[in-house]
Amino acid sequence: MLGIPLKYNVRNLFVRKVTTTLTVLGIALVVAVFLCVMALGEGLTRVFTASGSEKNVLVLRQNSQSELQSGLGRDQIPLIRALPGIEKDADGKPLVSAELVVVLNLDKRDGGSSNVTIRGVEEKGMALRPQMKLTEGRPFVPGTSEVIVAESVAKRFKGAEVGQEIRFGAYRWKVVGHFDAGGTAPDSEIWTDSEGMLNTFQRGGFSSVLARTTDRAARDQFIAGVAGDARLALEGKVERTYYDDQTSTAAPIKFLGFFVGIVMAIGACFGAMNTMYAAVSSRTREIATLRALGFSRLSILFSFVLESIALAFIGGVVGCALAFLLVKVALSGVTGTTNFATFAEVVFAFRLTPQLLLTGIVFSLVMGFFGGLFPAGRAAFTKITAALRQVG
Amino acid sequence: MAEPLIRIENVVKQYTRDTQVLTVLDGLSLEVDKGEFVALMGPSGSGKTTLLNLIAGIDRPTSGRILVGADEVSSMSEGALAKWRSENVGFIFQLYNLVPVLTAFENVELPLLLTRLSKAERKKQAETALAVVALSDRLDHYPRQLSGGQEQRVAIARAIATDPALLVADEPTGDLDSKSGEEILVLLERLHSEFGKTIVMVTHDPKAAARAHRLVHLDKGVLKEDVRAKGEKGEIGVAAAAAIAAGK
Repeated sequence: MLGIPLKYNVRNLFVRKVTTTLTVLGIALVVAVFLCVMALGEGLTRVFTASGSEKNVLVLRQNSQSELQSGLGRDQIPLIRALPGIEKDADGKPLVSAELVVVLNLDKRDGGSSNVTIRGVEEKGMALRPQMKLTEGRPFVPGTSEVIVAESVAKRFKGAEVGQEIRFGAYRWKVVGHFDAGGTAPDSEIWTDSEGMLNTFQRGGFSSVLARTTDRAARDQFIAGVAGDARLALEGKVERTYYDDQTSTAAPIKFLGFFVGIVMAIGACFGAMNTMYAAVSSRTREIATLRALGFSRLSILFSFVLESIALAFIGGVVGCALAFLLVKVALSGVTGTTNFATFAEVVFAFRLTPQLLLTGIVFSLVMGFFGGLFPAGRAAFTKITAALRQVG
Repeated sequence: MAEPLIRIENVVKQYTRDTQVLTVLDGLSLEVDKGEFVALMGPSGSGKTTLLNLIAGIDRPTSGRILVGADEVSSMSEGALAKWRSENVGFIFQLYNLVPVLTAFENVELPLLLTRLSKAERKKQAETALAVVALSDRLDHYPRQLSGGQEQRVAIARAIATDPALLVADEPTGDLDSKSGEEILVLLERLHSEFGKTIVMVTHDPKAAARAHRLVHLDKGVLKEDVRAKGEKGEIGVAAAAAIAAGK
């Protein structure tokens, strides 16, 4: 290629150490902030998209958007259990759990309070969610007021350590264990026995039924069975689909990420542009010489855009490293936000995925391209004879 | 009779500043033969650098024609001109205009990057050019590590690296002390006599002009005097150049 050698640009970046460093840091900060906000959105999305199995079917009252809005009578449960397609465990018992969901406002450790989902489950509740592991203590004993609490909830709410008591009004629950659900929806919940909960809250029925089906065909058969039974007036949703629908909570955060990112990127573009303008004007005579020697306008343009992109790329890499450190060290804990479908707090962690890091790099390259384009244009289109007269 | 390499036919160059039209070259015609060493002299604003830029193809006349060899450079497109320059013209500037982040060797190799030569061929040619200017021991030095005279010699090596027929020099000794300036003039003289280069040099310095074999004196954009050297060495001579420069 008849172009200006790359070493020309690379060495020029090293010659202007201070401006290069400042521009790199500016771009790095923008990329880091962008990635942190996006990691927040990603963490939230993960809670929902990772939740739910393709084989599990959640039975709700017809047209219910969430378990909170749904209600099933006690008499409906045996009818659901009798439907075909449900998988049985080693003991020959159907993998079904009739569940009750209530949202309570509990005190947080750092002051204030927030809504937390309390879920009453049946014996098979945990078996239906294989990603769940008991990390401390023991399971609750059915029929008692014992609960197990998600680790991330325990970290954020008062009285949730094993052996302590969670209080809400007149209610008292003894914490007997902690669990981890691998970043899925139960990580924002407190679990207890559904029968005990029906009594405590004096409810006449459940919120939902979760059932495991044997395969895709059985699943479709089961869903059809639920819909087809006029006595039920219920509908079955694939559990994964149900949680995917709730991902909308992450949308405003992601929008914010893009918005903040783009506003900052425009600023960073101007920063890069400023650096490149300075680089171009300090090399006006040099560029004119290159053109006099016969280097085309296009090769000058290409060379300076490349220099700007290289600068931004270094900034992008530093920004990724910065975001990685921030997420690993400063933002390593869990945090929460409100799920607008259930009004309960969703607990999640910042997630910096390889795809996000790649987005950060691409983002920096775009900044470099636009930041370099106009100064490079100026370098390529200045009159040679005028530029040769410039001193310095 | 040598054939003309450069033919300038009735060239006008005007600049417009605000509403004022400034005529820098006013219907100038000139021929430069192949292998000639021409000094362009004249007071500031006489149009000599403008004329040099037009000959070198980095500027275009307002009207008139400029032919170098068979190429009409006054009518070429920007892209074609860039290519033409890379193949036909070697530039020597007053301030050397070396790229500071590249070594002497890399600076000389720059114009060769525009040719189809292989890396090995480029290396050989750049080293040969640096040997001609007696800087074979400074290949890896950066411009800041060289003296002014050495920088100008690297610039000359860069100008001859692609072996162009025409060398244009704008005040090549203007920024040098007299000793270094003398070395540069000796070198230009050698390029002319040994390598047969056609050299067009703009200078204020009668000592530099004295080395040339023809002296073209411009004033207010027109040709005032055109003197060809006679004598054994074929040079103008300092006294004659000084007299011409003074307009006597």
